Amino acid sequence: MGSIQQIIFMVLSVVALASALGVVLSKNPVTSVLCLIITFFAIAGHYIMMNAQFLAVVHIIVYAGAIMVLFLYVLMLMNLNAELEPQKRNWLKYAGAISGGALLVVLVAALRDASMPALSPEANEIGLIHNLGLALFKQYVVPFEVSSILFLSAMIGAVVIGRKD
Amino acid sequence: MTLLSIDWFFLIEKILLISVILVLSLVVAMYATWGERKVAAWIQDRLGPNRAGPMGLLQPLADGGKLFFKEEIIPTSANRFMFVLGPSIAMVVACMTSAVIPWGGTLTIAGREVSLQVADVNIGILYIFAVVSMGVYGIMIGGWASNNKYSLLASVRAASQIISYELPMGLALIALLMTTGTLSLKTIVEQQINSGVYNAFIQPLGFLIFLICAFAECNRAPFDLPEAENELNGGYHLEYSSMKLGFFLFAEYINMFISSALMATLYWGGYGFPGMTSLASSLSPNLITIIGFLALFIKTLIFIFIFMWVRWTVPRFRYDQLMRLGWRVLIPLSLANMLITGAIELFRHHS
Repeated sequence: MGSIQQIIFMVLSVVALASALGVVLSKNPVTSVLCLIITFFAIAGHYIMMNAQFLAVVHIIVYAGAIMVLFLYVLMLMNLNAELEPQKRNWLKYAGAISGGALLVVLVAALRDASMPALSPEANEIGLIHNLGLALFKQYVVPFEVSSILFLSAMIGAVVIGRKD
Repeated sequence: MTLLSIDWFFLIEKILLISVILVLSLVVAMYATWGERKVAAWIQDRLGPNRAGPMGLLQPLADGGKLFFKEEIIPTSANRFMFVLGPSIAMVVACMTSAVIPWGGTLTIAGREVSLQVADVNIGILYIFAVVSMGVYGIMIGGWASNNKYSLLASVRAASQIISYELPMGLALIALLMTTGTLSLKTIVEQQINSGVYNAFIQPLGFLIFLICAFAECNRAPFDLPEAENELNGGYHLEYSSMKLGFFLFAEYINMFISSALMATLYWGGYGFPGMTSLASSLSPNLITIIGFLALFIKTLIFIFIFMWVRWTVPRFRYDQLMRLGWRVLIPLSLANMLITGAIELFRHHS
């Protein structure tokens, strides 16, 4: 099975990289959003390759299914077109390139010496829902509950901002 | 036979199964259009289609042929690629959900056990959720790419409606999962067959919420606001003609079929039928499987009939009524349902 997994990995990686480039390079914002959705699907495919089906499906439900719909919603209502988009100033482009490059340097420097043990998909079953649930509710129950309070406060914040008066 | 370390018979078996299920859902969707017109006619005391073939049975073929031969118009101001992408996504996504529904037990053909389910994944219900949440893209992209304000308004309505009703649907399902303890659809069906009690009796409120949300997710009346013709000139498919319009309409009927099958599977015992366990000793397993498939099919058809019955009985909701029902009635109800179910489960496990 090794060769097939390698082929699928290659295909998914190429799709992910190409569509991620599409997000940045596309002139039309709606096309960018669609490219981002394809990227999410490719990454979900990678999760499935690592035997983390639950993570893959939740990734699609939350990001591709909910957040990107809201992105698309806003973009469609604003009706941004390539012609109407204001031309960005030149110094903004340079600033973007420099800060992006700096991030790349930091990431490469941080990951250069990091040990990355190879993952054997068959032996690794933490991504399956049963094991994930046990880990979340036994080992990591405090961080899990604290993050739920974070979500609650974000929701209350949205309601307070959106209230009319 | 293994070549390239793939079990080719397995591959052929799955491809055959997928084709059969796809053809089945397309044929059911086709005849659902006929059924809808017949049911409407029956409710309104008319005859309905009766010219093409006996009882108008050839009417869907005539309709399909008409749609294929009509002129295809792409508006000049529309985004061509997205305009074609919209109905394609709607159609593909509608066909994808059928992969995890168990259509029956196992058939034994030439010593080979063939499961009548394409993929028994351990996250079946979540897979369905993921695919359903993709369904909104077809409508949104189609409505936006038409470059028409009515289409855009309809697709915005569709998006907010589908997102709003996904929440109570998910909460109703969480309560169901608390009682079953699994996400695999096959295991849920087997639990219902073995205990003999259908989940609809354990989770009556959850089933009711799920049914209402299924109406909304399929954009069916009384929640057919995205295609409210007297407000929006026809809705998100206003600019579509020919088979691209046909795909949008057809996707709705496939969705209806799949969600009926899903409700039968989750809440009404799937391919189980009364007396299945006692008959298992006297009849051959293959016969049991076929009867089970027919049982699921009959349950599905009953749900499709309910979909049509509601459409021709209940008038359309106003948009604010729709949102109030979703957020102020269904979500608190499903939260209460979840809380009560959780408390009872906790009590059962500790006593």
